[in-house]
Amino acid sequence: MKRNRKEGLFKSDLVFEAIKQSFIKLNPKNQFRNPVMFTVEIGTFVMMVVCAWILAGEKSQGSFIYNLTIFLILLLTLLFANFAEALAEARGKAQAASLRKTREDTPAKRIQILGEIFLNEIHIVPSSQLVKGDMFICETGDIIPTDGEIIEGIATIDESAITGESAPVVRESGGDKSSVTGGTKVLSDKIKVRVTTEPGESFLDKMIALVEGASRQKTPNEIALTILLAGFTLVFIIVCITLQPFASYAKTPIPISAYISLFVCLIPTTIGGLLSAIGISGMDRALRANVIAKSGKAVETAGDLDVLLLDKTGTITIGNRKATNFYAAKGVDKDHLIKCAVMSSMADETPEGKSIIELGGINPQSLQVDNPTFIKFTAETRSSGIDFGNTQIRKGAYDAMKNKVEKAGNMFPAGTIEDVKKISSNGGTPLVVLENNVVLGVIELQDIIKTGIFERFERLRKMGVKTVMVTGDNPLTAKYIAEKAGVDDYIAEAKPEDKMAYIRKEQATGKLVAMMGDGTNDAPALAQADVGVAMNSGTSAAKEAGNMVDLDNDPTKLIEIVEIGKQLLMTRGTLTTFSIANDVAKYFAIVPALFITSIPALQRINIMNLHSPSSAILSAIIFNAIIIPMLIPLALKGVAYKPIGASALLRRNLLVYGLGGILVPFIGIKLIDMLVALCM
Amino acid sequence: MYYSSAFKLGKDVCMEMLGIIVIFVAMVALSIPLGKYIAKVYAGEVTFLDRIFHPVEKLIYRFLGVDAMCPMTWKQHLVALLTVNLLWFPLTMFVLMNQNWLPLNPDHIAAMSPDLAFHSTISFITNCFQQHYSGETGMSYFSQIFIMFPLFFLTPAVTMSAMAVVFNALKGRATDKLRNFYYYYVRSILWILLPISFVTAIIFLFNGMPMTLQGAHTFTTLQGDTMYVARGPIAAFESIKMLGLDGGGFFGANSAHPFENPNFFTNMIENIFHMLLPVATVFALGFYLNRKKLAWMIFGVMTLGFILLLIPAMNAELKGNPAITQMGINNSMGNMEGKEIRFGTTASAFWSITATSSMNGAVNCMHDSFMPISGGMQMLGIMVNTLYGGVGTGVLGFFIAIILAVFIGSLMIGRSAQFLGKKVGMREIKITMIITLLHPFLSLVGTALACSFPTLTTPTLNNPGFHGFSEMIYEYASASSADGSGFEGLGDNTPWWNITCGFIILFGRYLPIIGAVAIAGMLAGKQYIGDSAGTIKTDNATFGLLVFSLIFVVTALAFFPALAVGPIAEHFSIVTH
Repeated sequence: MKRNRKEGLFKSDLVFEAIKQSFIKLNPKNQFRNPVMFTVEIGTFVMMVVCAWILAGEKSQGSFIYNLTIFLILLLTLLFANFAEALAEARGKAQAASLRKTREDTPAKRIQILGEIFLNEIHIVPSSQLVKGDMFICETGDIIPTDGEIIEGIATIDESAITGESAPVVRESGGDKSSVTGGTKVLSDKIKVRVTTEPGESFLDKMIALVEGASRQKTPNEIALTILLAGFTLVFIIVCITLQPFASYAKTPIPISAYISLFVCLIPTTIGGLLSAIGISGMDRALRANVIAKSGKAVETAGDLDVLLLDKTGTITIGNRKATNFYAAKGVDKDHLIKCAVMSSMADETPEGKSIIELGGINPQSLQVDNPTFIKFTAETRSSGIDFGNTQIRKGAYDAMKNKVEKAGNMFPAGTIEDVKKISSNGGTPLVVLENNVVLGVIELQDIIKTGIFERFERLRKMGVKTVMVTGDNPLTAKYIAEKAGVDDYIAEAKPEDKMAYIRKEQATGKLVAMMGDGTNDAPALAQADVGVAMNSGTSAAKEAGNMVDLDNDPTKLIEIVEIGKQLLMTRGTLTTFSIANDVAKYFAIVPALFITSIPALQRINIMNLHSPSSAILSAIIFNAIIIPMLIPLALKGVAYKPIGASALLRRNLLVYGLGGILVPFIGIKLIDMLVALCM
Repeated sequence: MYYSSAFKLGKDVCMEMLGIIVIFVAMVALSIPLGKYIAKVYAGEVTFLDRIFHPVEKLIYRFLGVDAMCPMTWKQHLVALLTVNLLWFPLTMFVLMNQNWLPLNPDHIAAMSPDLAFHSTISFITNCFQQHYSGETGMSYFSQIFIMFPLFFLTPAVTMSAMAVVFNALKGRATDKLRNFYYYYVRSILWILLPISFVTAIIFLFNGMPMTLQGAHTFTTLQGDTMYVARGPIAAFESIKMLGLDGGGFFGANSAHPFENPNFFTNMIENIFHMLLPVATVFALGFYLNRKKLAWMIFGVMTLGFILLLIPAMNAELKGNPAITQMGINNSMGNMEGKEIRFGTTASAFWSITATSSMNGAVNCMHDSFMPISGGMQMLGIMVNTLYGGVGTGVLGFFIAIILAVFIGSLMIGRSAQFLGKKVGMREIKITMIITLLHPFLSLVGTALACSFPTLTTPTLNNPGFHGFSEMIYEYASASSADGSGFEGLGDNTPWWNITCGFIILFGRYLPIIGAVAIAGMLAGKQYIGDSAGTIKTDNATFGLLVFSLIFVVTALAFFPALAVGPIAEHFSIVTH
């Protein structure tokens, strides 16, 4: 997500490519998909015929130059619309190309199960020859040739080519981190990988096809909007066609160019011209956030989500617990407790252990321990510690420690029991420290809630999205963290089936649910969810089940995905409103121009006081044409989403795009008219 | 001239203003409890009229042979609705074309020509009641009593049933089982239309409306001429004519006739009835769905539109014709041409806007004689068609506008469309768009055709030029919206007008009903999803503004070029000269 963000919208090579495409896209077959622009194309064609007719000697249609100008402006309108689409596609392609670079043919060390001389010979083949089910090996320094799953070994891998993240990651066979992506580089060790996709069908390949627009299908919402725009277009076809008899009743001859101009101005060309660019750039924005969406529909659905299932660890809390406090038992010196706690953690490689040393503030090296034996944590003893000399220090779970103390015939101090309870109810985990079976005190471990996460959930709540924390913790701890982080609900002691059940329950009430997962056991839930985001590091089963893949493996990405989806829908909505609102001014520019010669009284509705009928018509269609390229940046970047509640957001957008859509053309047309008047 | 001093006039205008404020306030005050009552009637809750009408209701069901408790899908509902409604077509055609020999024809009124009968039949069965004849010379008592009178009740009941099933469909649940059509149909008549019109008829009777089956009264004037005064069973007619938004006059002059509208008091009652059911049904929606704020939003948008139509019209009428002022004639009474002295300028202007913004179509003055701007406002009311709108159809039309606004508004806040807990999908949008463009299509294409055949239409125009154009577009817009009022001045009893208007009424009436019921039925079948903080709120001023703007830009502006050729051109021609 760090890459490409700062690239300008109009990079020269992209623009050049887009301009070329704008002309190619004039092909009616291409335009037919978009009813609004298709009718403009017909109008342009009619104007071309009118120009030819005038050249052939027709006198009733006005001057050749005037008609030619209108023809050219209409052509320009079409080209601008095509340019918007082509630019969005070019940007997608550029994005895809940078991904594709990583997929260039790399040599693969394929394992031939039945070789020419031996079993399991290794042959070097180009990566394009690998098919699903093949196995290959990768050693230090190799580029992984294609997507696959590690079946043997462990390796550190540099995934920066895909994620832009420079820190290497560990991938190993079995478990949930067994997946490798083509194009990444093995930094150490050796792995054996089974190919999981056919050539040309990996996620990246699919994604590339999608952003390039080749396999882009219209989403349901886009189709509905197209129907709406086609409906408006039909209304204005009726308005313009019926105008002819009205005009002949009023004995006003109206030239063909005026009908076509009125028509092109009234139909929603602004949104019609930008519609597919908006759709493509929605996918593109997802890709820029390093999310591969398998379909445009998935991105759109993301904007509509009602419920997000978020894993606690990594999303809401920083991966690991941290020691936050020491509570000494009655009559025990706190410094002694700290010293013993640090000693017990000297050999503890877990992040919890390290955090105890950190909190203790004592360098373990400075402590004198003779001939120590380190006791590792086991599930049976549920404690760890150190033995040296006659001293035995242990730290561990409360009930395990209590047993140990009572077995030794000692008292468990009441004050410490209090401390333990207090820590638990505050969402922490207590670790009791013993020295020779005597209680020294408790260490408090706390989940560290990510900074800023509370605000993000608040933001989601205002969007109408409910957040659900999924955690393996006990309900008490889960409840505490849920409250502190500001999530709306939680699933404690969660098993994979619980996620599935929760998703089903929400969906039964018509809610759209998203979740993120990486393990094979997440796959059914990922498939069930309306938006299932699999981590790129996850198993291939998970990636197959979800409809998006996050290349960054960042659990907070869901929040970003929701906003991208919303932006996509909002951009469509606001530009539609803007486009329709523009009609008010255009009516006032063109209608008086049509009738003014024969009904001079209608000069009074020429409220913009435009120079002449022909300058009025020209200014209106020029405005109509140039508003398209002017809005391309907005269409490609998307309208900024502000989580201020549905009604406030509607009010704001109505004001900006509705009222703005009414006022801007009045000003724009007037200014253009002043310029046109100078040229006439 | 009636008044000699400007002072007296000023006082009079104030009184007239007070009159219309009283009318409006009384209308709203009556609509709210009536809306609550209507909601109860459709929900099948207990009402005080149950004891009287339950036995009657049962009897009717037995007679019709229907099980009104059996649920229907939206398609079955529509089939029943259309069947019940269209059965009247052959019957009405027969009676109108044979009324000359049928009984109860003391004034020997002739049979209708086939094309006039066709137009009148369609116009009657659709609650449009556009009349290309004059009642006193075109309809026998038999036709009035056995065709027009029952249809005054039955046709609003049809649209009310369609509206009721939409209410039913919008209740938050997923089902394809909606209430039986006959249940709503019979209840609309017995519980709502019958009792209110009965009480009002008695009030009208006491205000001097005739109620007789005797033929025209004949007497000899001082000059020795024989004069005929047409009469009939008018009081009963008048109450349901106004309540059911039928608007078809017993006489050609409609509510400008002293027998149909004797005094200012009856004028007030009739004027209240213009808007009573359309507004009450809006509140009924709120009570029925328990979304009172939504009802207020709808009422607010409708009222805003109504007032925006009313103010220019009243202003133009009170100022009067500047051409007359220029001639040095005292024009301080305002534009009184075509208006009744007993109602005055203000109340007549108010009536004309209420009649055209609700789809009543009854007139108490000559719309043709209004100032061009007022005529334009009347037309705009008919063109927009949902600023109060007809009985049931007003709410249905607004429902369509809401669906459109919900779609665009939801997109604007980054959601897919959702209304009352149901997702609005592609199919609903498709129907919405067809219905949205239907009304401009019918009115504009009709007028365009009329302009294209000047040999058939120009001789029927009372005025040449812009005003003649207004007469034509008014006629078709009135037909398409089932308003049924006429700009008049148009010689509309010709095969051209009878046939074209007949078809336009037919399409303009049933397609929007079918569309709205279909959308509601489809939504009913969908899963119910509650609202969240992210879904669009439809019951506040912001959304109201969105609906209003869409209605204005999409519907009203589609007519802008036509209005420019008609009333706008005429207005500025008068002002500039």
